[in-house]
Amino acid sequence: MARTVTAPGSAPARAPGRPSPRRPRLAKALPYLLLAPALVAELAVHIIPMLVGAWMSLLHLTQFFIRNWTQAPYGGLTNYRVAVNAHGPVGEDLLHSFLVTVAITAVVVGCSWLFGMTAAVLLERPFPGRAALRTLFLVPYALPVFTAVITWRFMFQRDTGMVNALLSDQLRLAHGHPFWLLGDRSFAAVTAIAIWRMWPFAFLTITAGLQSIPSDLYEAAALDGAGSLRLLGRVTLPLLRPVNRVLLLVLFLWTFNDFNVAYILFDQPPAAADMISIHIYNASFITWNFGLGAAMSVLLLAFLMVVTLGYLGIGRLRSRHA
Amino acid sequence: MRESRTLRWARPVVLGLLALFTVLPLYVMAVSSIKPLKDVQGRFAWLPTHVTFRPFVDMWRTVPLGRYFVNSLVVSLAATVCSVAIAILAGYAVSRYRFAGRGTFMTAVLSTQMFPGILFLLPLFLIFVNVEKYTGLRLYGSRTGLTVTYLTFALPFSIWLIAGYFDTIPRELDEAARVDGAGPLRTLFRVVLPVAAPGVVAVAIYAFMTAWGEVLFASVLTDDATRTLAVGLRGYATQANVYWNQVMAASLVISLPVVVGFLALQRFLVHGLTAGAVKS
Repeated sequence: MARTVTAPGSAPARAPGRPSPRRPRLAKALPYLLLAPALVAELAVHIIPMLVGAWMSLLHLTQFFIRNWTQAPYGGLTNYRVAVNAHGPVGEDLLHSFLVTVAITAVVVGCSWLFGMTAAVLLERPFPGRAALRTLFLVPYALPVFTAVITWRFMFQRDTGMVNALLSDQLRLAHGHPFWLLGDRSFAAVTAIAIWRMWPFAFLTITAGLQSIPSDLYEAAALDGAGSLRLLGRVTLPLLRPVNRVLLLVLFLWTFNDFNVAYILFDQPPAAADMISIHIYNASFITWNFGLGAAMSVLLLAFLMVVTLGYLGIGRLRSRHA
Repeated sequence: MRESRTLRWARPVVLGLLALFTVLPLYVMAVSSIKPLKDVQGRFAWLPTHVTFRPFVDMWRTVPLGRYFVNSLVVSLAATVCSVAIAILAGYAVSRYRFAGRGTFMTAVLSTQMFPGILFLLPLFLIFVNVEKYTGLRLYGSRTGLTVTYLTFALPFSIWLIAGYFDTIPRELDEAARVDGAGPLRTLFRVVLPVAAPGVVAVAIYAFMTAWGEVLFASVLTDDATRTLAVGLRGYATQANVYWNQVMAASLVISLPVVVGFLALQRFLVHGLTAGAVKS
């Protein structure tokens, strides 16, 4: 076979995938057969559980029915009513967690994009040490999330951590040794860690986007006398727009859905860092009320879908009018 | 092209700050892992009072780290092998055939990436418990259940990446093999796959990283015997009296293989990952 590979030019011009004359039916079914394992896996772990989850959210599925959940009493929209009732204790906590997550996500996405953009632009032209810096910036992305967050957990310890030693004792930016993993400062702790983990991805994506911008565009603009900042505003940012559009969406979804940082950082997340995923997790497994947890998950998905579709829709409208 | 003076001055400062931010946790992890216990129990210091490698020895005894390691390794390897194999088949179909539902498939697969994990977690737990009840097949608390779950996590990106690599391989190769009488599968395994080997290795690393670092599902779907590193290490760090030097030593040992693997193959991975993100 290797012999024929060396002579690719001799192949007749037949489109691959056109049914071969001998076994037309099999050839037609082949792509679907090749996809079947992937489809089965996705169905089993994603699609079917999602449908089961939607069904669960309509049941009074408490700990008594975990092993025979088909016998759980039907509750209609009761779980949803409990979840969105901002005057009840459950709904109030959920709303608070949602708002905290929105605030954390806004800061994390903004900073991650800004850091990534800055680093990518500053590393665009070659200088000694550039390759080393690029590699270094990728490490947080490659590190397993739990080892990274556990290290941060150690750094944020009140008496033995690096953060208090640096900020209070050495730089004298703060008085005394505050708690970082209790109370309101936990917001800053979670946000800092999320940015640390997330911005390398922004950097990576923007770097790839910059490489696709033809350099003669810069040269033409520079000949016209445009300075660095004007080049950024007039050439780089507009051309990066398609990349940024997707990047911001991905950053948003990853940060908003993130469970790991808050779960590993705290034994029990303080109110100021109660991210929505871990809130639903705790609400489900502490009370074992899976029906209510499923209703909250469905609401979360609905919110994410509305945001995503709205965001993509607005982008499309804008590009049509532009 | 001339650079403004501000930019020339700002570059080292800004990049220096970002590098510092990036490197601080890595430094803390590394330096704390070679500190004696009393160093990590007192005020933080940038250097150890004396260097010791005891934490790397002791960490295996304080908690059953070896068992966690084996569990993580078995589950991650099995999930990697399965997801790469599935992704190769699917990627070949997507790259080499035009069929009804092709676009829908790729979009649907990718959109599962956006769903919050918590959405599948509760139903999956319930399904696992009930499958065992009716068929006797143990999924909840078993490595099998976790493997099946993990293999789907890496699948969407793996399919996109592999299809992308296959696209870069000239179709004349396939056609030449076919003229020679090779069927589609033979063509895939004997002709296309060997050429795509670096890409496949990169995808395998990505799949391994995904499984190796997963926390949420491991925290629910494992029991004492099947606990993975992600959950075990958290338990290690939430005890009343934490041996932080050992925890940092363990973190270092757990991180090193995947970081090295990622950096070694970053060129293949970075290209594919960002292309996947941009295309989506």
